[in-house]
Amino acid sequence: MSFSTSAILKKEQDQEYEQLANKHRPKPRVLLNCLKAFTVGGLICLLGQGLMWMYVEGFGFKPETAGDPAVATLIFISCFLTGIGVYDRIGQWAGAGTAVPVTGFANAIVSAALEHRAEGWVLGVGGNMFKLAGPVIVFGTVSAFFIGIIHTLIQMMM
Amino acid sequence: MPGQRRVGRSTWSFEQEVRIISSAAVAGPMEGEGRLGECYDFIYNDLYAGQETWEKAERKMLEDAVSIALKKADLTNRDIDVYLAGDLLNQNISASFSAKAVGIPFLGVYGACSTSMLSLSLAAALVEAGYARYAAAGVSSHHCTAEKQYRYPTEYGGQKPATAQWTVTGAGVGIVGIREQGPRIRYATIGTVTDRGIKNPFDMGTAMAPAAAKTIQTHFEDTGRTPKDYDLIVTGDLAGVGHPITRELLEKEGYRMGDQFQDCGLMIYTSEQETFAGGSGCACSAIVTYGHLLEQMMKGTYRRILVVATGALLSPISYQQGEVIPCVAHAVAFEMN
Repeated sequence: MSFSTSAILKKEQDQEYEQLANKHRPKPRVLLNCLKAFTVGGLICLLGQGLMWMYVEGFGFKPETAGDPAVATLIFISCFLTGIGVYDRIGQWAGAGTAVPVTGFANAIVSAALEHRAEGWVLGVGGNMFKLAGPVIVFGTVSAFFIGIIHTLIQMMM
Repeated sequence: MPGQRRVGRSTWSFEQEVRIISSAAVAGPMEGEGRLGECYDFIYNDLYAGQETWEKAERKMLEDAVSIALKKADLTNRDIDVYLAGDLLNQNISASFSAKAVGIPFLGVYGACSTSMLSLSLAAALVEAGYARYAAAGVSSHHCTAEKQYRYPTEYGGQKPATAQWTVTGAGVGIVGIREQGPRIRYATIGTVTDRGIKNPFDMGTAMAPAAAKTIQTHFEDTGRTPKDYDLIVTGDLAGVGHPITRELLEKEGYRMGDQFQDCGLMIYTSEQETFAGGSGCACSAIVTYGHLLEQMMKGTYRRILVVATGALLSPISYQQGEVIPCVAHAVAFEMN
């Protein structure tokens, strides 16, 4: 014996409700969000490029190695803005524009570390700082592994 | 055998003069700057409320609300026979830990954001039946503890959709007893848990709207009352998306809800405060009811009101496992006479 209505009927009712609800939901502004993301993401990359030039021209780095201090600087800026509570506001406005670049990755780690500081250094900060960034690392590594195999196979066939 | 107190499917009728003796609402800084800022008994300057952690801050707010309510009623904790409280944190910690400080025999209750009216209904029933002379009902919620538990770290820069809501920081407490004056608790309608297939935790209004509509409909059927019998019918935290959906669902059932149909989640913040669809959390309906609405009843603005607190009964585990969000709503009818 079952308490619930039949699965088919429930599904129909749910779909009907979804249509009703959709009338009242604000439409996501996809185009506007894309434009904002493109602009902000682009500006962050421009800043990165500017930093690279600065490290090449001002600090004697080679163009091939100047990327490292440039990325480190961007990460520092992102961590700092997260720490003073500004990054989430920029992120709400810019969306993927601040989430996709390295700054978003740094924000994911620092925000989780700050959030769980109250649970102690080890279980709190240590145990939680990769809560959001962990999946990125895991699936980044896994996809790199498979792409590596495909790359090698193609090379062997050539 | 006492008289029958159940009316219809799930409405409790309070035959005695069960009334709100006193109530207290405390709120966070953002709520203090909102539309009802003047209604709260205390506004904290920051989200920590002088404590080391947000969790302790939330508990402190609940404790403060209890002591303010006691002071207003001119009672001490020894006079209160039972304290019913709940919150949103795992294992109801704000409520249970506050009960340690409060020192009143404690019953922890949980109904997510519907806990405000759930705890009040139970408190009224215990007083009506004579198990308590006075009972205290309280709830709390905190923006940061709720975000931490249900969603992402507060400083995380992920973009939230316009259907998301802002958890209200604060606590509300009502003390119930038998008196001749004050807002009387006339009915409580206990909701059934419903779901309409909504899984998105950033769209709680849509998930909860059918539960609210169902409880309101049940209340009208059980009591024979109509929307016109109330000066104000407020839902707890359906906000900008859920509230119009509930209105439409009720319209389909033949109930025309006029301008007196409102939502606590839309009453707390100003439009300049960026709270997406509006407020949510246990404290949302609690600080509006205990801080503002009951006060307005005493002043004579409203004679009869219905507060329908809505709750989304999800956990972070349940939605990660792809389960739908079951929801419930409990309604309490207050009146002056």
